[in-house]
Amino acid sequence: MTGPTFLRLDNIHKRFGAVVANAGVTLDVEQGEIHALLGENGAGKSVAMNILAGVLSPSEGRILIRGEPIRLGSPRDAIRHGIGMVHQHFMLVPNLTVAENYILGQGTPARLIRDMGEVHRRIEALSARYGLDVRPDAIVETLTVGQQQRVEILKALYHGVELLILDEPTAVLTPQETERLLVLMRGLVADGKTIVFISHKLDEVMAVSDRISVMRDARVVDTVRAADTTPRELARKMVGRDVLMELPRRPSHEGRVVLAVEGLTCRDEGGLPAVRDVSFEVRAGEIVGVAGVSGNGQTELSLALAGLLPVDAGRVVLDGRDVTGFSPAEMSRLGVANVPEDRHRMGIVLPFTLAENVILQRSGDPAFSRGGLLRRGAITEATAEILRRFRVKPLDPDAVIGSLSGGNQQKLVVGRELARNPGFMLINQLTRGIDIGAMEIVMQEVLKARDAGAAILLVSTELEELFSVADRILVMCGGELIGEVPPERGRIEEIGLMMGGKRLDAIEPAA
Amino acid sequence: MTAVPLAGADGLAARNSRRLASLVRAIVLPAAAVVIALACGALLLYATGFDGAALFRVMLVDSFADTRSIGETLLKAIPLILIGAGLCVAFRCGIWNIGAEGQLYAGAIAATLVGTSLHGLPPALHITLVIIAGALAGAFWAGIAGALRVAFGASEIVTTIMLNYVALFLTSWLVTGPMKDAGAAYPQSARLAREAWMPRIIPETRLHLGILVALALAGLLYVFLFRMGAGYRVRVVGTSADAARYAGMNVGRNMLLAICISGAMAGLAGAFEVAGVTRRLYQSISPGYGFEGIAVALLAGNNPLGAIASGGLFAALRSGSELLQINEQVPQVLVQVIQGIVILLVVAFGVLGARLRLRR
Repeated sequence: MTGPTFLRLDNIHKRFGAVVANAGVTLDVEQGEIHALLGENGAGKSVAMNILAGVLSPSEGRILIRGEPIRLGSPRDAIRHGIGMVHQHFMLVPNLTVAENYILGQGTPARLIRDMGEVHRRIEALSARYGLDVRPDAIVETLTVGQQQRVEILKALYHGVELLILDEPTAVLTPQETERLLVLMRGLVADGKTIVFISHKLDEVMAVSDRISVMRDARVVDTVRAADTTPRELARKMVGRDVLMELPRRPSHEGRVVLAVEGLTCRDEGGLPAVRDVSFEVRAGEIVGVAGVSGNGQTELSLALAGLLPVDAGRVVLDGRDVTGFSPAEMSRLGVANVPEDRHRMGIVLPFTLAENVILQRSGDPAFSRGGLLRRGAITEATAEILRRFRVKPLDPDAVIGSLSGGNQQKLVVGRELARNPGFMLINQLTRGIDIGAMEIVMQEVLKARDAGAAILLVSTELEELFSVADRILVMCGGELIGEVPPERGRIEEIGLMMGGKRLDAIEPAA
Repeated sequence: MTAVPLAGADGLAARNSRRLASLVRAIVLPAAAVVIALACGALLLYATGFDGAALFRVMLVDSFADTRSIGETLLKAIPLILIGAGLCVAFRCGIWNIGAEGQLYAGAIAATLVGTSLHGLPPALHITLVIIAGALAGAFWAGIAGALRVAFGASEIVTTIMLNYVALFLTSWLVTGPMKDAGAAYPQSARLAREAWMPRIIPETRLHLGILVALALAGLLYVFLFRMGAGYRVRVVGTSADAARYAGMNVGRNMLLAICISGAMAGLAGAFEVAGVTRRLYQSISPGYGFEGIAVALLAGNNPLGAIASGGLFAALRSGSELLQINEQVPQVLVQVIQGIVILLVVAFGVLGARLRLRR
């Protein structure tokens, strides 16, 4: 039940140097509601919420709780006022237990040791009350991402938080975990808590929120009741224009086999079996999708194809040539492009400029280097070309990539890989954590590359992404290929069952 | 290059503010560190009954008072600039080479061997051989630690520190044993052949040609790091080894390259010390240049051009502290405390600068 205004952000401004992240954000949150904050990456959602959580301080503007202006100098202040935030990147110490994480900085060691039993009991009680399944003595790093998120939520509840801010909570979750989170959110609200929920996924926002505020260009452009709006209207508000939810697609013209994988078997970095006897082909001019719940061997499959994991058995044949066990450098020379799953860790060098990131694989390429010296003019021009084609913001090759939003970073990575005119392109998570505008651009460009004859393997945990661009979908479970389905939304149930390990022939045909 | 309309006024403003910010980081912060450190030092002198103002007088005036003082300061700047600039490369690659002192000794040993065993060569050739021997020996000494890191993952921090001791004791043994000058009472090697002496460039001072070599090499390493593909790869490896691996770079080879470059620079510093200053190998030819070089690189923000300025500053501190002892009778330990304060503040401000960069 929603009630009177609990919290008000009044004309909040926040500037970082010349960058304006919030330009007059005004937002009312009612007691007991789930309030979604919807917007593209870089719209200023996270900054506004970090201000509310006391992590950042506003350049201008006021924060009011029940009409009283408050001053938030630190996250501790915010918690004292009943405001807690679960960040996208969890703020947990991995090698401590859940209970130890909760009491960090909460008093003298002697007192804490004495009170530990009580802490455990309180955690168990809260966990049981909300059905969170959090064990106080579990070591954080042994938990799955979904469990760690519940640990974070419970931490806020443990500290007596009334208003819970969730920053892109579903970005890291599997579909099942997402469903569970949405149920939990409804439970919390039923219990009188208030939730602000940052997202750019329209479906979830529609499914769970009472009211939705849309942010664009550092401002809140509108606040609407979920019952009074449609996903299409929200999308239009979010990007300021109509979004192509369905990308126009030409039928694929499949050509010769570019990549043939035969009986590929490999282990993960910890030495455990990850990919078992996987065989498939990718032809020129087609996009083959690989679906699966994350952690079922897709990561290792793409690492092995990129030459980053040793192959135990089987063969990888590229353009008729056995390339099994080739190094990443050799694969790159053979025209294999690669959009890695973990953008921050692998795809880009965060403190480097856009131009420096564009030459990541090509610093020795004659186009960019002569006599060992980098050709700065050529590099700037190649970068500018990518920035324009992919509408990257800012349009400045010397900007540091770490200061860009995720969507703009991904546009640069995809642009960089496509600029190499690859014969084969390996993509793991094309649109993870990026906004609709960026999504549309990278998907369209990948489709264009397909139409131009590139063979593309797209590994993704987002079924929507696969439905939008893939020509056929392979489903992986437990390191094996379970089956193949055409990319039709009507087959989603079938795909879900296969992701859960049911083989195609075992599924009853729909009556 | 054709003009591309990249950014409007906004982009230009952003770029200018970025330039300004990096200028602040590069100049204002280190300068503030030095001033605060000197002020702390002056307070310390005052508190212990000395003339506090003497510190500023000695450091800022006396060190540059006459040709001789300037010459001595620049002489000390040679090894500091060489080592500091070299360490910039290693640190940019994420290799924590703490062993420049040992690499300096390795270079000095090799330079002495080449300088004492050959005779009658043209000076230009002999000096070149001495320099090359020093640089190669330094690179080899650093390369041991680099190879252990690449092959077995052994921490180069530990191995380079241990190799310092090996090089120091090796030197002691050599100058008391196999390389000892037969006629001398003290542990020292024979004198280098006259053709192997570094030419001095300012009369009345010991300043030798090495200063120009140091300046040129610092410039060259800047070009290497920021204008060349090979240096770019070294920086990628140091910033994100995962991205380097994904991009097909050989992480181990780049690490080895970076540590060998820093070792070669330290070895070169050692060669210059024997061929330009002492003309013989002694047990303690370096008063800790290898360690001070670490602070030089940090103060320079791991930029070899900055190492010229910070190396010069540490050299001035060093000759200033000698003058403090001689002219003001300040005890050596107190002088060392002041030097310690400077290094501490420089590192602290370096961390502050890095934080500011992150927050941007």
